Amino acid sequence: MTELRDTVLRVEHLTMRFGGLVAVDDLSFDVARGGITALIGPNGAGKTTVFNCITGFYNASEGRLALLHGDPALWNLLDALTAGGSRSLRQGNSALFLLERMPDYLVTQQARVARTFQNIRLFPGMTVLENLMVAQHNALMVASGFTVLGILGFPSYARAERAAIEKARSWLDRIGLTARADDPAGDLPYGAQRRLEVARAMCTDPVLLCLDEPAAGLNPRESAELNALLLDIRNDFGTSILLIEHDMSVVMEISDHIVVLDYGVKIADGTPQEVRNDPAVIAAYLGVQDEEVEKAQAEVGL
Amino acid sequence: MEVFLQQLINGITLGSIYGLIAIGYTMVFGIIGMVNFAHGDVFMVSAFIALIAFLILTSWLGIGSIMLALLIVLIVAMLFTSLVNWVIERVAYRPLRGSFRLAPLISAIGMSIFLSNFVQVAQGPRNKSVPPMVHGEFVLMTRNGYPVTLSVKQLVIWGVTAVLLVAFWYVVTRTSLGRAQRACEQDQKMAALLGVDVDRTISMTFVIAAALAAVAGTMYLMHYGVITFSDGFVPGVKAFTAAVLGGIGSLPGAVVGGILIGLIETMWSAYFSTDYKDVAAFSVLAITLIFLPQGLFGRPDVEKV
Amino acid sequence: MSKKSEIAAAQSERVDLTRALRDAGLAALLAFALFLPLIGFWARNVGEGLLLVTRWDALALVVLIVAAARLFYTLVAQPWLKRQRARRTEIAPPWRTALAKWFIPFAIGFVVVYPLIAIAGAGMRGSIKWVDNFGIQILIYVMLGFGLNIVVGLAGLLDLGYVAFYAVGAYSYALLAKTFGLTFWILLPLAGVLASFWGVLLGFPVLRLRGDYLAIVTLAFGEIIRIVIVNWVDLTNGYAGITSIPRPTFFGIPFNADDNGFAAVFGLEFTPLHRTLFLYYIILGLALLTAWVTVRLRRLPVGRAWEALREDEIACRSLGINTTNTKLTAFAMGAMFAGFAGSFFAARQGFISPESFTFIESATILSIVVLGGMGSQVGVAIAAIVMIGGTEIMRELDFLKEIFGADFDPTKYRMLLFGFCMVLIMVWRPRGLIATRRPSVFLKERKTISADLVKEGHG
Repeated sequence: MTELRDTVLRVEHLTMRFGGLVAVDDLSFDVARGGITALIGPNGAGKTTVFNCITGFYNASEGRLALLHGDPALWNLLDALTAGGSRSLRQGNSALFLLERMPDYLVTQQARVARTFQNIRLFPGMTVLENLMVAQHNALMVASGFTVLGILGFPSYARAERAAIEKARSWLDRIGLTARADDPAGDLPYGAQRRLEVARAMCTDPVLLCLDEPAAGLNPRESAELNALLLDIRNDFGTSILLIEHDMSVVMEISDHIVVLDYGVKIADGTPQEVRNDPAVIAAYLGVQDEEVEKAQAEVGL
Repeated sequence: MEVFLQQLINGITLGSIYGLIAIGYTMVFGIIGMVNFAHGDVFMVSAFIALIAFLILTSWLGIGSIMLALLIVLIVAMLFTSLVNWVIERVAYRPLRGSFRLAPLISAIGMSIFLSNFVQVAQGPRNKSVPPMVHGEFVLMTRNGYPVTLSVKQLVIWGVTAVLLVAFWYVVTRTSLGRAQRACEQDQKMAALLGVDVDRTISMTFVIAAALAAVAGTMYLMHYGVITFSDGFVPGVKAFTAAVLGGIGSLPGAVVGGILIGLIETMWSAYFSTDYKDVAAFSVLAITLIFLPQGLFGRPDVEKV
Repeated sequence: MSKKSEIAAAQSERVDLTRALRDAGLAALLAFALFLPLIGFWARNVGEGLLLVTRWDALALVVLIVAAARLFYTLVAQPWLKRQRARRTEIAPPWRTALAKWFIPFAIGFVVVYPLIAIAGAGMRGSIKWVDNFGIQILIYVMLGFGLNIVVGLAGLLDLGYVAFYAVGAYSYALLAKTFGLTFWILLPLAGVLASFWGVLLGFPVLRLRGDYLAIVTLAFGEIIRIVIVNWVDLTNGYAGITSIPRPTFFGIPFNADDNGFAAVFGLEFTPLHRTLFLYYIILGLALLTAWVTVRLRRLPVGRAWEALREDEIACRSLGINTTNTKLTAFAMGAMFAGFAGSFFAARQGFISPESFTFIESATILSIVVLGGMGSQVGVAIAAIVMIGGTEIMRELDFLKEIFGADFDPTKYRMLLFGFCMVLIMVWRPRGLIATRRPSVFLKERKTISADLVKEGHG
C-alpha cells in the first residue's frame, strides 16, 4: 500500500441508498494529503451526498470512510480498527478515524473535517466576527472551563477570547473583510459570503476542508480570488482540500486530482489532463458522441 | 366485551367531534403553516351561538319539531362562526402573514384568551345547561345484565358528521376552491402568479374550518347538554392531537386521528382512571410528535443539508 | 406649497373622510353581525335553567365603539403609522442614542429606590400594595421573562410549557420547607437545581423537534405536570393546594409581631411592610442576577452557540458544536431561573395551588418575551411592566364605577383586554418592542443589527 503514504482520506465502497434510490454506488477514491482533490460530475450525480456521508450528516448505507492525522504507518492498523468497535485509534500525535461511525459534530471536533455548503449557511444575524468566533467554539469552551470559569470571570478565558479574536482578524485580513468585521454576515455581498464561509470553516483548524461548490455564482474576478485563497490555504496551512465544483476554470486550474461521478458511480479518476481526455467523461458531460449528434441532425434535415 | 362495545360507540361519537375540529387545525396548518391556537375557542364560541339559537327557537318561537330546530341551529351556528373566524383571520393573522413566524402564534394565543374571556364576560362564568334535545336509544344487545346502547343523539352525530365530511370532501377535491387551496399549500407566491387569489383562498379556509368547528360545537352541546366559557382549551388540544396523530396537513388523517383520540379517551376512562384521561391525550400528543412526527398519513419531513 | 396642490390636498382629505365614514359604517355593520348572538342575547342562569334575555343597549354600545375605533384608525392612527414608518429609515436622533446609553443605569437606580418612592407617595400602609402588587409581581415576571428569553430569544427553542419549571420550583420549596424545615436560602438553589434537572429531563425527548411541534410538545408536558399535581393528592393536596408554607426570615429572624420578630429585634414598630420590602429586594436581586448571568453567558462560547443555533442548526453542527448539549444547557438554564422564581413565589405567597401554574401563565411569559423583542433584556423588562402592570392597574380603576354604575367591575375585563392587547401589539410590532440585536463581540465598534436579518430559530 505504497500510494497510501500520502493519503489523508480513504473512501472505500461507499454506498448510499434513499429507499429504493441508490444515490452513491460502491464509490472508492483517495484524497491526497496537502493536495486539492476535485469531485465533479453532472447535476444529480451524488456529489453532495458523498460530502454529507464524509461529514457525518448522513449515515452511509455501506462502506468505509477512514481519515488519518499524522503518521502514515497508522494506515496499517485500519483493518484492525474496523474489526474492533471503536471510532478512532490514537498513537502519540497521530490518529486514525472511521468517519462513518461518528456523528456530524464529532467529525469536525475530533477528526477535524470542516465543510461549507452549496447554499451558503452563515449565521446571517450575527456579525462577521461573531461567525468566526462561533467556529472556535470547542477551543473557547475548554478555555472558559465549560462556562463555569467564564461566568466567574477568570482571566484565562479573557486571554483565550483575545487570541480567538486575533485569529479571526488574521482570517479577515486574508479574505479582505477586516473593514466589515462588525457588520452582520447577512449584509455581505454574495462573493464575500462565500469567502467568509471558507474562512469560518478554516477557523475550526481542519485537516481536511470540504467545499461544496465554492465558486457557484461568483464572477470571473471573484472566482480567481477564490482560487488564490484555496491555493494559499493549501500552501500555508497544509490543509487538504476536497471540493465539488462545476466551474471548470477552477477545477482545471487548481486541482491536483479529479474524481468524476455520474449517476452515483465513479467513471474517471486521475490528473486534470487525464480526466479532460477521458471518453467516458466527455460522454457524460455532452450526453452522446459527436458523430451520433451529426447523425441525428442529418435525420431531422439540419 | 359489553363494556368494550359500549365504549367503542361512545368513543366514535366523541371522536367524530374531535375529527371535525381537527380538520380546522390541519387545513389552516396546511395552508399557512400556523397552529391556529384560537381554534378550540372558536369551537367553544360556536357552541354558545348554537345555545343561543336553540333557546330562541324553543323558548321564543316555540318550534315543536326538534329535528327542524336542530337543523336551523346548525345552520345559524355555522354562519355566525364562519363570520367570527373570517374576522379573526382578517384582524389578527393576515397583517402578520409573511413576517416573523412567532408573531401569528402569539397573536393566536392572544385571540384564544380574548375569546374565552369575551364569552365569560358576555355570558357569565357559570355552566350553561340545556335540556336534552334528542331522546330515545336502541338497545343493541344485553349480556350479563349490561345493555349496550346506541342513542338517537349518537346516531344524529354520526349522520351529520358523515354527511358534512362528504360535502367537505367534495369541496376540497372537486372544486376550484379546493384546487386553489392545494396550490397555496405548495407555494403561495407561485399560486398568486398563476392567478389564484391567495387572500381569498386563505379566508375561505378559515371559513370552512369554522363551519366544521360549528358543527362540532352544536354536536358537543347536544351530546353533553352543557357548555362553559373554558370548554375550548382541552377539546382544542385534543383535536390538535388528533390532527398531529393523523399527520398534520392530511384531511383523512384528521378524521381518523379524531376517532382514535376519542377511542383512547373513552377506553382510558373505562379501564384506567378518569382523573388522568387528559394526561392520556397529552401523552399521545407528545409521543406522536417525538416518535412519529409525520403522523399516520403525513409525508415524512426530510432534513435538507 | 402652491394654491393648486393645497386644494388637491384638501380634496383628497375630504375624499378620505367619506371613505373613513364608509369604512366605519361597514365596521359597525360587521360588529353588529359579529356580536349579535353573544352580546345581543344573553342566556342568563336562573336557578337550574336558562332564561333568554336581550341586551340591545350593550350591543349598540359595542357597535358604536367599533365604529369609532375604525374611524379613529383610518383618520388618525393609520396616517401616523405611515409617517412613523417613513421616518424609521432616517438616522436615530442624538437624544435617542443618549437615552439608550443612560437608560439602563437609570432604570436600575429607579427600581432600587422604587419602594421609597411608594412609601413617600402612599404612606407606610398604602405603599404595601404598590410594592407588592406592582413591584414584586412585575419583578417575578421580569425574572421569568429573562429565564425564558434564554430558551426562546437566544437559543430559538419555542417553549410553551415553561410554567412547569416554575411549578417545580414552587412545589419543591413548599414541600421541602414543610417536610424538612429547611430554610429559604438553602432551598432557593436546590429548587433551581431540581427545576433545571426537569428541564433537561423534558428537554431530552424533544431535541429533534422543530418549529411549532416543539411548542406543542412542551405545552403537553406543562399540562401533564399540572394534571399530575392536581391528581397526586397525597403529595400535593390537589386543587386545595399547600397552605402555611414557611416564609423567608431575615437571617433567622422572622417577620412577625413577636418579641423575637424583626421589628422587635431592631426596635422598630411592627408593620407588614418590613417583610414586603425584604421580599422586594430579594426578587430584585434575583432578577438582576438573572440579567447579569445572561449578559455574561452571551459573551461566552455557550451563549454564542445558542444564538448560532437559532440562526442555523446545521451550520452549527458543521462547526463541531454539539447541538444536543447546547440545547439542553439552554433548557436547563431557563428552567433553573424559573425554579428560583417558583421558590420565591411559594415563599412570598405562603400558599400555592395548581391554579397558579396554568397554560395562561406560560402564554403570558412567552408573550412578554416576544413582545419585548426576542433576546432583548430591556425589551423583556418593559414588556413585563406593560403587560403585568397594565393588568394589575385594572384592579385599581374603581373610579370607573362612578361612570358606569356600581355594577361595573373593571377586573372582569382584565384578561379580556390582556388578550386583545396581545393581538394588537403583535399586529403593531411583530418583532417586539426592541427588535435589534447587539453583537456579543466587536472589533472596532458595536453596531446593532436590524431585526430583518436575525433569525427566529426553528423551535
